This record gives sequence, C-alpha cells and structure tokens, in this order.
Amino acid sequence: MKIKDFAKSVYLGLLGMLMVAALSISTAHAEYGDVVINNYADAAGMRPVVFPHWYHRIRFRCKVCHADLGFQLKAGGNNITMEKIIDGQFCGACHNGEIAWSIENCGMCHSGVPGTPTQIHGSTVQRLVAPSYKEMTKTK
Amino acid sequence: MNKAILASCAFLAFGMVSVQSQAQQAPASAPKQTTANTFNRLLQKPAEKNLEPAKDGIHDTENDSTFVLQPPKVAFDSLVKSEFGNYVDWVKSLRQEKIRPRTDRLGSDEEQMVMDLDIVREVRGTMPDVVFPHKAHTEWLQCSNCHPDIFVPQQGANRMNMSSILLGQKCGVCHGKVAFPVVTNTCRTCHSKPKPEGWKPSKSAASLENPWQ
Repeated sequence: MKIKDFAKSVYLGLLGMLMVAALSISTAHAEYGDVVINNYADAAGMRPVVFPHWYHRIRFRCKVCHADLGFQLKAGGNNITMEKIIDGQFCGACHNGEIAWSIENCGMCHSGVPGTPTQIHGSTVQRLVAPSYKEMTKTK
Repeated sequence: MNKAILASCAFLAFGMVSVQSQAQQAPASAPKQTTANTFNRLLQKPAEKNLEPAKDGIHDTENDSTFVLQPPKVAFDSLVKSEFGNYVDWVKSLRQEKIRPRTDRLGSDEEQMVMDLDIVREVRGTMPDVVFPHKAHTEWLQCSNCHPDIFVPQQGANRMNMSSILLGQKCGVCHGKVAFPVVTNTCRTCHSKPKPEGWKPSKSAASLENPWQ
C-alpha cells in the first residue's frame, strides 16, 4: 500500500515537472522582429545572437544596414562571423568602439537561450502554425 | 431548563460548524470538467506586450548582459502606439519626429530621398484594390532594397498573392517580420481603394460552364 502511494506521488511529481517544462517552452514573448542568429554560435559553444531590430530602427533607417552595409533581408542569410565583424563588415561597421560599443561585450549580442534556432521572432509565419498540441490534464 | 436550552443551542451550533467544514472539505462533489471542450482551444493567448529581455523567453537569464539590455517598453514610451507588431506605429513616429533615425552610418545630415508615388494594384477578388505608397517606404528604404530583386520595376511584372506574402515573398520579405504584420486588423492598410462602382467579381469557369444554371 505504502509503495503504491509512493509510486503515485512520484508519478504526479514527474507529471508536474513535465507540465512546467512544457509551459516554460511555450512562453517566448520576445519583441516583434527580434532576430535570432545561430548559424555558428551553438557549434562554437557561444549563446546564439539576439538582434533587436526595434532598437536599431529607432536609431537608423532600414537602408543604412540593408543597403549601405549589405545586410540581406533574411534571417541568418549573411553568414556573419566574428572575423568579418573585426574586419569592419556587417555589425563591425558600427560596433567598433566609435559609433557603438565594441565587440568585447560578448554577452550583449550573444545573449540567446542556447539551442534557439535562427529565426525572426513573432513573424506571421510563426503565428500561422497552430500551437503545438498540449496533452490534456487528466481529471480524476 | 436554561441549561437544556443552552445545551441544545451549543449542539446546533456545533452541528452547523461541522456541516460547514464538511462542505469546505468536499470540492470533489463539484461537476467534473475536462479540458477537452475548452473555448478557443487552439487560439493563442494574447501576447504580453513589449516584455523586458529577461522575461521574453529567448534571452538567456544566466547571461549577465541580458539584464543590461534596454527593455523595449522604456524605448517605446514616447512613440506613437499601434495595435500590432511592436505596438509602435513606426511611420507616424518618424513623421512626427518622435524618432530621428540616421540616414547613414555616421549621422551626417544627408537627407533621405523620399519619392511620393502611389501604385494602385487591382485585386481580382472582392477585396479593395491595393494602394502601395512609395512615400512611406522611401522614408526608410532605398530603391535598391526592393528593386529589382524583390519587385521588378515594371507594371504587371510582379505577380503575387496573399499566400506568397504570408510565406515571406514579395511584401512578405518585410511585412510579417519587421514592418507591420499581416494580420486581420492590417488588411485594409494595403487594401484601401474601394472597387469602382458597379464592379462585380468575375465568375469562375466552373460557374460559367454549369449546365444546371
């Protein structure tokens, strides 16, 4: 009898933990237009980059990055590497300690949850897909 | 006699208390409900607006710098509001000079080349025709951002439909990603020119060839 009770409590505990995990996965409310770039970061043992579009469009018109600096209009489409940034390309055109803070602040860009795939957050395509089916909670 | 009354009162009071406590202890008698038939089962919960990085779910809270990043709400406080996307009307915010984004990297006073030309695209279906304002777009972008890779600068050369836009082609390269999203309350932002008077939708071949009509 006691063993049965113990097994039941363990089962309930596991169920609870699973539910908490499922909830925490489905609670990404990042800002519309935030770009996660994870071309190489995960493989290199760094957190993926989260690029806040909103922060930059307050300060620059789209054309500055998407025409002058040559950023493609596609998440992860630029194959940006730290070498290119150090050489003054892409992010490095401004993040050089003169226009914006320099690249020593690793964690300011590499701030994403490890394992997050490259994406534009909150995009219509993401919202088109029905939310993943959650298992119904059992009632006694 | 008095004692008997007191005793019966006490007994009654005790009885009521015990009945109440029983009622409190027995929620199991409430009607059984399953979550199978909940209202709007697949509808997403309304997103919480402009959460700070540490709470937005994609920033790592174990990263110290996450807490140094500016929360969007702080930045958007003085901007013109909207109902979707970042909940900011970027075009109005720019026109009302709530923001002054640079036109080049270094912030020289080079003026943005703005072209005021509306393009009307006739829509085959019953939706109002689309008016494309070059003005709102050239306030942010340069010709080369869209022409000729995304849109061939020639009338009738760019075929598109809402499915392709939703999947990120044509207007969908930006709209639905960073520019205002493609949701039901933005339909009429583009589909803004009413059909000419007397306009009727063309009938499908299946309808025209229907022998029973």
